[in-house]
Amino acid sequence: MNEKGAPDKLAYSRRKRKESGISRVSVALKQGQITPTELCRKCLSLIQKTKFLNAYITVSEEVALKQAEESEERYKKGQSLGDLDGIPVAVKDNFSTSGIETTCASNMLKGYIPPFNATVVQKLLDQGALLMGKTNLDEFAMGSGSTDGVFGPVKNPWSYSKQRREKRQQQAQGESQAAEWLITGGSSGGSAAALAALTCSAALGSDTGGSTRNPAAHCGLVGFKPSYGLVSRHGLIPLVNSMDVPGILTRCVDDTAIVLGVLAGHDPKDSTTVQDPVKPFTLPSLTDVSKLCIGIPKEYAVPELSSEVRSLWSKAAGLFESAGAKVIEVSLPHTSCSIVCYHVLCASEVASNMARFDGLEYGHRCDINVSTEAMYAATRREGFSDVVRGRILSGNFFLLKENYENYFIKAQKVRRLIANDFVNVFNSGVDILLTPTTLSEAVPYLEFIKEDNRTRSAQGDIFTQAVNMAGLPAVSMPAALSHQGLPIGLQFIGRAFCDQKLLTVAKWFEKQVQFPVIQFPELMDGCSLVFENEKLASVSLQQ
Amino acid sequence: MAVPMLRWVGPGRRCALAWVDRSSRHRREAPTGSTSNGTREQSSVAQQPLRTAQKLRKGEHKWAAVVGLEIHAQISSNSKLFSGSEVCFAAPPNSLVSFFDASLPGTLPVLNRRCVEAAVMTGLALNCHINKKSLFDRKHYFYADLPAGYQITQQRLPIAANGNLMFGVFVGSKRSHMATRTVRVKQIQLEQDSGKSLHDDLRSQTLIDLNRAEGQLRVDANISVHHPGEPLGIRTEVKNLNSIRFLARAIDYEIQRQINELENGGEILNETRSFDCKLGCTVPMRDKEGKQDYRFMPEPNLPPLVLYDTASLPARAQPQQVINIDQIREALPELPSVTRERLVQRYGMLPEHSFMLLNEVGLLQFFQNVMKETRAEPKTVTSWVLNVLLGYLKHQNLAVSESPITPSALAGLLDLLDSKAISSSAAKQVFEELWKGEGKTAVQIVSEKQLGLMQDREALEQLCQSTVEGHPRVVMDIKKGNPRAINKLIGLVRKAALNRADPAMIKALLEKLLA
Repeated sequence: MNEKGAPDKLAYSRRKRKESGISRVSVALKQGQITPTELCRKCLSLIQKTKFLNAYITVSEEVALKQAEESEERYKKGQSLGDLDGIPVAVKDNFSTSGIETTCASNMLKGYIPPFNATVVQKLLDQGALLMGKTNLDEFAMGSGSTDGVFGPVKNPWSYSKQRREKRQQQAQGESQAAEWLITGGSSGGSAAALAALTCSAALGSDTGGSTRNPAAHCGLVGFKPSYGLVSRHGLIPLVNSMDVPGILTRCVDDTAIVLGVLAGHDPKDSTTVQDPVKPFTLPSLTDVSKLCIGIPKEYAVPELSSEVRSLWSKAAGLFESAGAKVIEVSLPHTSCSIVCYHVLCASEVASNMARFDGLEYGHRCDINVSTEAMYAATRREGFSDVVRGRILSGNFFLLKENYENYFIKAQKVRRLIANDFVNVFNSGVDILLTPTTLSEAVPYLEFIKEDNRTRSAQGDIFTQAVNMAGLPAVSMPAALSHQGLPIGLQFIGRAFCDQKLLTVAKWFEKQVQFPVIQFPELMDGCSLVFENEKLASVSLQQ
Repeated sequence: MAVPMLRWVGPGRRCALAWVDRSSRHRREAPTGSTSNGTREQSSVAQQPLRTAQKLRKGEHKWAAVVGLEIHAQISSNSKLFSGSEVCFAAPPNSLVSFFDASLPGTLPVLNRRCVEAAVMTGLALNCHINKKSLFDRKHYFYADLPAGYQITQQRLPIAANGNLMFGVFVGSKRSHMATRTVRVKQIQLEQDSGKSLHDDLRSQTLIDLNRAEGQLRVDANISVHHPGEPLGIRTEVKNLNSIRFLARAIDYEIQRQINELENGGEILNETRSFDCKLGCTVPMRDKEGKQDYRFMPEPNLPPLVLYDTASLPARAQPQQVINIDQIREALPELPSVTRERLVQRYGMLPEHSFMLLNEVGLLQFFQNVMKETRAEPKTVTSWVLNVLLGYLKHQNLAVSESPITPSALAGLLDLLDSKAISSSAAKQVFEELWKGEGKTAVQIVSEKQLGLMQDREALEQLCQSTVEGHPRVVMDIKKGNPRAINKLIGLVRKAALNRADPAMIKALLEKLLA
């Protein structure tokens, strides 16, 4: 960064090109328009004001302020560590954080303080990021609403946005209905809400079947699931090891690229990470999409898909087509088997991964001590919710010797078929797949909880989990606001390890749709300098 | 099999290497009409065919026993199989526990290269097929010393399979004859060790040491009996045998128990048993009651373990990232069977002597060092090393490395013997002096103690002459044609010469005198 020469001009040009929000904050920090401590305090104050969202389980105020102080020292000396120095981030509460309670929103891990940082957390801290706190989730990330954790449901900030209120007034809906708050989606709903409520600049989620992309779609954010093996899982408390990836939530694609550039690469502590060196993820501004081939998987047009999302999906396809890209219908024939297959594999790995929570070494332990077995049983009954216990039970059933062939092996074979579906499509010349992220916009909590967790997960993950089974990179992009004034996301899926290309296309899309920034003026006083409201109406894709 | 196993394990070694031999079946018909003394002896080397010690009455069936062993041996490595924590014998409990070892959530296994190399080396030494691709699995069960609730092992596709090991065993009524046997090795797999449980019954507590288990060698024996020609019997598993002696006793007992049970109309349950070494019998293990379903599942955190040979080695591969089987093969030391064959060929040694030399750590080296420095015949050296030196070491419970006699000292002694400077009985005396470890050489001892053979022929003739004169009756006996009588004279002359005369020379002189 040029310290002396014309910083204003640079900042201006960046703003004009609508580059990374993080870059903009970074520039403001470098220019001294705001100090890391001021920024940190503003975020802490916003966290306080938005406490009712239940986005955070733990607010690490002291840690964040200390980190801000250190960051400030570096900026004073002109020794900034890079784009993330002094940038406030939030981390889902299933990433281990040294010295900070990590609960997975479960009674089982209440009070558990890991002695080490997850690799991704450590990498953020090494770059000078400020850890604002640990965000809410479904217990052990099992869910798609962020409603099923022991700390209660997360509320979607868009429930309270100016945009939604205006739409509701136009449609003359009653006040009582307007008070109905919406779910964030999940399971990384806390991270999505924290980011949408502007309490941080980026957030980490995890993505096993769509847990980052789903809440990103419901909260109007960029939700990125990297290729399996690109980002270390060390320290991420697992749901399904063979599908879990750390996810990145940001407000724009360039921010995702900055964070991914920091997180990606081999980790000696995670044997499933790529050995090859990873290049930094800078995204070119795509001007010509005429050489691009966008695939529209026909199996994703399910009957349950809301007409609004369906229409937005085809408009997005039209956007590419009119810009000269080739848009073709493609087939992923095993899509319909995917969710069932996902549930068998997920439950099996859950049963295995949860075996370590026995009350002996850490976490919850019951008072019963008549025998080790009795202690195990009571500890696990008290520590896990019905949802978790249900998955453990079915997982152990699938893994029984007599069932293994019929369930686990079959599911693995189907998983291979699903992965091959994607390979075949990409080998046929398709660069990127375009799909919906969710069936509809975010629904009110009261409506959401009418179904059980399993049904909701099956619906919530319908378009997202196949990507995890194939290990591909995918990103949910905010596309437009619905009639209700709520965000709708669309998903882009790329070839394995072509994360950069995927994000480049996503960035082009982002530029076309000009998705609006969330507005809640009553919360925003004093923060406008940092998270500037770009009062842009969404035009391109409005219905 | 015990020999190479013991060569691989030693103090301070962690990480388990399970060597499964489940399918090796040793069938041997019971010797008809005789109680076999061979049972003890044969089963004392565990992998040998087992003979049932069964006296058959008329009309009775013969029994055959089938035994398979699962051998757990620790790999000599500086750190654990899946974590960077150190390995150290007798370290304070839980002092060498990484976050992974304690199964903290979010930790992941990272395979230890040294352990993979050791497994490949073991596989090569046991003539196994090395699988270029092997997989890891999770084996689930709840136990306090298994903090993850599962153990990482290689159930489906192990690192090595289908091997064999030839070994010698003493047979015959005097155990004097060496016979060769072969045991088949089903598979070699890398396996994470569990922790150690210490049960405090007094306070009803169990204490857990996650440094991992102590034993360097642990064997589970699967045993069944059946009539030859009929299907195999139901097997029992005797777990946690930690010495070859107990292994042998447990197997003998269990075979006999099963035969008795079946002959009395009972049935064998497929169960886990333990060996009570005080009572010398096997008993069902209570805490393992009920059928265990280990719910095996692929370990998702470890990619398939891929090995290369020189032909398949990728061009761009970083040497530290790949394991080359051919390189390990080249680095393999001479295997015991080859060494034994070499000893037999080069020194005309009896096969059993070659086994004895290799069975004792350091003994072969000692023997070879003596050979380098002495003019004595290999046969003499072998005899002295195996009969005298080894006897003294065993008697005082010393390792070869602790021997007070160095190879050079023994070589010096054997040189004197070879040049007929001393008699063999004098040599024994010299050996005893050397054993005291006072730093004297054999030559010094011989001269100090005047143990050298009488080189003065005239003086010896003189002694013979006076002995003949002093014992006319014996001389008469000889003249009458008693061939043994001359030995008496030889003995008398030797005594008169204070054991320093060569008996052969005495004999020659006496014969000349009496001719």
